[in-house]
Amino acid sequence: MIAIIDYGVGNLFSLNCSFKAIGEEAVVTSDPEILRKADKIVLPGVGAFADAAAKLKASGLEDVLKEEVAKGKPLLGICLGMQLLLDSSEEYGNHKGLGLIKGTNRSIGEVIPENYKIPHMGWNELLYCGSRHPLFRYLGEHEYVYFVHSFAGFDCEENTIAIADYGAKITAAVAKKNVMGTQFHPEKSGDTGLKILKAFCELKEEDLC
Amino acid sequence: MITKRIIPCLDVRNGRVVKGVNFENLREVDSPVDLARYYSSCGADELVFYDITASAEDRDLFTDILKETAANVFIPLTVGGGIRTLDDFDRVLKCGADKVSVNSGAIRDPSLIAKAAQRYGDQCVVLSVDIKRVDGKFTVFAKGGRENTGIEAIPWIKHCVKDGAGEIVVNSIDTDGVKKGFDLEMLEAVCEAVRVPVIASGGAGCIEDFITLFKNVPGVDAGLAASIFHFGEVEIADLKEAMQKENIPARILGGQQQ
Repeated sequence: MIAIIDYGVGNLFSLNCSFKAIGEEAVVTSDPEILRKADKIVLPGVGAFADAAAKLKASGLEDVLKEEVAKGKPLLGICLGMQLLLDSSEEYGNHKGLGLIKGTNRSIGEVIPENYKIPHMGWNELLYCGSRHPLFRYLGEHEYVYFVHSFAGFDCEENTIAIADYGAKITAAVAKKNVMGTQFHPEKSGDTGLKILKAFCELKEEDLC
Repeated sequence: MITKRIIPCLDVRNGRVVKGVNFENLREVDSPVDLARYYSSCGADELVFYDITASAEDRDLFTDILKETAANVFIPLTVGGGIRTLDDFDRVLKCGADKVSVNSGAIRDPSLIAKAAQRYGDQCVVLSVDIKRVDGKFTVFAKGGRENTGIEAIPWIKHCVKDGAGEIVVNSIDTDGVKKGFDLEMLEAVCEAVRVPVIASGGAGCIEDFITLFKNVPGVDAGLAASIFHFGEVEIADLKEAMQKENIPARILGGQQQ
């Protein structure tokens, strides 16, 4: 069973439906017991970093999440959920992240050319880094995924598993052992996105070393 | 590279899809859920649902359809029509909308965009503007293009972006339904004024109109149309292929040959 963490940030209807569409049982939950029982955990999120980080902490789920991750349970952060995995964020002030993956969340405005729009909104090609991560095992070359964000992970270094070209290299996905994150929305990326979610659901321990 | 988006728009009334030519003479087309699924399978990059219902019962029917669509179609979904309050935002977002488009509602309550952007984020708030030339000036019209507000379009759009509108749909009343191409001059003016994504609407009659749009106004991020897709005059897969041939970045389903 997949537990989708509900900590009062954003709408989880589509995400929940996307797991159903690939035949996986998913539960939208804020119950620590369900997080402990789940095979895998998804951390979603839209909106502002500071607000989301505070809500996750206040919900009491942050500690449970960290405990489960420490035990090796696979975790997938999506969009703001991915950004929360990083060490810190410079979105309207300096904020601490979960520190599960190294990197900082900063404005893409620092690196993209002036004639590029903010937010980075739309379908962009997923460019794999290094050997292909198991999350992408069902994908071909030249696959497109849906992005909508103004901030992104910087300095994620070897934990970067995919980037997108938006006039500059934008971190598209990160992974470190059992912790993974996508800046794009797999639940809004058509069949390509569903294939990534399916690969996540099927991940085994040996995939994640 | 980010691709130019192709967006079919579904006007929904009484649970069915309709398309008004020049905003009048509504004509029934098909089931919104079936059409949405079909467009997604053909490579549509996003869908817009416009709720043009009048009664409360119809509104419930609309949200049911929205839910069913969001449960079956996994591409971004924008909802517009009758969005006047934060409760309206809440109602459609809960049913699976990703973005909410405001038009007359933003004119009626000038604080609506700021309030919505604060609560749901800029990426969620789309400003839709119906624009017509009046005495040579781009002028904002309300109520489905029937009412001249006297507001100048470019300053209005700039103001809304400052308040937090994360994307602009520019609908030219002058070219809508005429099928002789998008309003390039109007779109150019909007693209010069703001740095958020701009969606062109009104006037597409054939594939060539989209090619002309993207080649001549590079600032435009997406092309939106309704009837030409509903009546099969333009197939999205053909359109995408034509875009690719013209070196306009397009998302082709099933990966891309290079």
